[in-house]
Amino acid sequence: MTAEIKVPTLGESVTEATVGRWLKKQGDVVAQDEPLVELETDKVSVEVPAPAAGVLDEILVQQGQTVKVGGMLGSITEGAGAAKGAKPAAKAAEPVKAPAKVEAPKAETKTATPPPLPPSVRRIAEEEKLDTSGISGSGKHGQVTKGDALAALEARTKQATPAAPRSTGPRSRAEREERVPMSRLRKTIALRLKESQEIAAQLTTFNEVDMSKVMAARNAYKDIFEKKHHVKLGFMGFFVKACVAALKEIPSVNAEIDGDDMVYKNYYDMGVAVSTERGLVVPVVRDADRLSIAEVESSINDFGLRARDNKLKLEEMIGGTFTISNGGVFGSLMSTPILNTPQSGILGMHKIQNRPVAIGDKIEIRPMMYLALTYDHRIVDGREAVTFLVRVKDALEDPQRLLLDL
Amino acid sequence: MADNFDVIVIGGGPGGYNCAIRAGQLGLKVACIDKRGVFGGTCLNIGCIPSKALLHTTELFDHAQHQFSKVGIIASNVSIDMKAMMAHKEKTVDELTKGIAFLFKKNKVEGIVGAGEITAPGKVRVTTKDGTRELTAKSIVIATGSDVAPLPGVTIDEKTIVSSTGALSLAEVPKRLLIVGAGVIGLELGSVWRRLGSAVQVVEFVDRIVPGVDSEVAKQFQRLLERQGFAFKLGSKVVGVEKKKGAYAVAIEPAAGDTRETLEADVILVAIGRRAFTDGLGLDAVGVKRDTRGRVATDAHFATNVSGIYAIGDVREGAMLAHKAEDEAVAMAEILAGRSGHVNYDAIPSVIYTYPEVASVGKTEDELKAAGIAYKVGKFPFTANARAKSNLTTEGFVKILADAKTDRVLGVHMVGPDVGNMIGEAALALEFSASSEDIARTSHPHPTLTEAIRQAAMGVDGWTMQM
Repeated sequence: MTAEIKVPTLGESVTEATVGRWLKKQGDVVAQDEPLVELETDKVSVEVPAPAAGVLDEILVQQGQTVKVGGMLGSITEGAGAAKGAKPAAKAAEPVKAPAKVEAPKAETKTATPPPLPPSVRRIAEEEKLDTSGISGSGKHGQVTKGDALAALEARTKQATPAAPRSTGPRSRAEREERVPMSRLRKTIALRLKESQEIAAQLTTFNEVDMSKVMAARNAYKDIFEKKHHVKLGFMGFFVKACVAALKEIPSVNAEIDGDDMVYKNYYDMGVAVSTERGLVVPVVRDADRLSIAEVESSINDFGLRARDNKLKLEEMIGGTFTISNGGVFGSLMSTPILNTPQSGILGMHKIQNRPVAIGDKIEIRPMMYLALTYDHRIVDGREAVTFLVRVKDALEDPQRLLLDL
Repeated sequence: MADNFDVIVIGGGPGGYNCAIRAGQLGLKVACIDKRGVFGGTCLNIGCIPSKALLHTTELFDHAQHQFSKVGIIASNVSIDMKAMMAHKEKTVDELTKGIAFLFKKNKVEGIVGAGEITAPGKVRVTTKDGTRELTAKSIVIATGSDVAPLPGVTIDEKTIVSSTGALSLAEVPKRLLIVGAGVIGLELGSVWRRLGSAVQVVEFVDRIVPGVDSEVAKQFQRLLERQGFAFKLGSKVVGVEKKKGAYAVAIEPAAGDTRETLEADVILVAIGRRAFTDGLGLDAVGVKRDTRGRVATDAHFATNVSGIYAIGDVREGAMLAHKAEDEAVAMAEILAGRSGHVNYDAIPSVIYTYPEVASVGKTEDELKAAGIAYKVGKFPFTANARAKSNLTTEGFVKILADAKTDRVLGVHMVGPDVGNMIGEAALALEFSASSEDIARTSHPHPTLTEAIRQAAMGVDGWTMQM
């Protein structure tokens, strides 16, 4: 019996992935669920586990190739120690179902399958790691010709080298520079950020928050909190709850524009930006309105750990309704975050700094944090945005408000 | 019989009959009129097909005389039976023309034997042996083809001064055959009679043979023909023909100059070209415009200046080739049926059915040079092809021209054995915008002559392997 290794469902809106490292070689004996190969997608990299125990019989795609959801990666001859290289003849008998089809995005089905690539283009694609799926073919029925592929290759090279000739110093800079290809994640981040700036009418409003009360509460309860919930009491739990309360009051910040419609969401999925070595990822705390501060803290803690190990699942990172980004952990005093479209609001947290502030008629030293809210002015009015931020500030300066739903 | 049609096609050659059949397939009510009495036009009756029958017979005869002994067949006193040769030719023509009648029936095309004349847009009068019929149709397609272009001062009697028509039916093998015109027709029919024993001389006005063919191919082709016994008088024109004691004295002069020379011949074949045939169609009466060369003027969709009247094939512009007419016929029928018909004129092959054959498709090297297009060349000779070697047919070569930048195949030119059957691959490559590398990376069976194409394609990028 042969088990097919297929590209698993990678979450909504994800249709293809780039093949990363094969963790097993052809002929290796593998256990069921043992990771076989890495796939890198726009959002994350995942490991594809062995569908059955046996011998990795066939590797159909190599590192760097693009594969579609449901596509074949290889096959396993079932049963430990099965004969090496024995070609499975029973392929036809396998239920070749692509469950991913159901979730494939609408855009995918619109375009007809382009004609197969001619041999010259297949060679170029392999040798040059050229993704031909984006090339519009000039041949019959839109087939990609060798000329098209060469032109795409040239365009790619041009893109990689700056258009303007780089000013050369007294000696060549080449040895003092390092040129590294963009990872798929980096490319996606770049694309998404630029897209966001192009689509939304982004505007940032600021406020500041006196963190004394939150810090006092944290100091007073951190030990019993940790003892009971097995997670440290941080600030994020307060911020998430404060934002949920503000979003409930100002629904447009929790809404999005979809074509000519505005979609108001009665659920509160909070994206929490987490920085990793490979770039920024934004796991989502689902239904944050129904979670306790302890539950929020523990899920953020869990995200952080898994993000570091690159083990976040795709579905954990999609579909947020609002995002909180904390530049304060790196020392940022003030910033203007970029919207995570199609969301309409993102809160920027910053460094807590002791500053003199006027309290009544007296100057006092207080732990202060600047807050920034970038919002999509197409759907959120200035009054709403400012009110939202004031509500967040109020809740944090007097956490009892959260308890009393004020 | 109903005399009202969707389409009336005038002319039953490759353009006309194919247009009628395709239109019939697409559900149109079609009539196809031809005055010859047998459908098939020049091609089937007095052109492509009968000449191929004679070329086949005489090539076998030539092999029996000159090749058999080299491969171990002893056949002495091989001789030709002219009557049987002509009977084979006629049988071939007869069967093929009957095939058209069958295809008409199958596709519900009414074939009418008679002379068609357009009396008004949408109206055609047919004069048959039983009288006249008035037909009406939404669309009229002129597919009347072409006729032999005459040589001023020379009267064709189809006996000793012949056109291609007479040259297919000579009563006996002429001792000396003089051909005016070193084009496809002259060289094919010249080959027939040379193989049967004629001394063949060819007079050509321009300074090369087969104008339009890639000049490197033409040069090689000329050398090979001369080796067979062809004598060429290039850059020369016929200035006078005189009959002397049963033979002709043909006076020729250099195209530019006046040093007259006299050649002797028993039969003269006039093969200087063909011209559009529009006699008796009533085109002037309905106001259908002609171009400066007498061809029916049409737009890219075959429409004339008169609404509802179209023209395809030799009678309009373009190469006078049966398959070009056929391509236009299909496109025409599809346009008339409301579909989109299109002919890719850059991918129409042409073949000369001599031995060796000449076949080409796409741009010649001369054309690319003139257009200033940067190109690469891959070439492979049949001397290095295994199959050619075992067949003792090692004359000629394959040449592939590809765009220097994109590697797209721009032209394929061949002179050699059976290349007429091999050019289809090249036409397909052009039609699908293939690169030379695509051909080089496509499996070709071994051992075949087609491997020469693959090796030539490899040569474009400098990796020909078998040379």
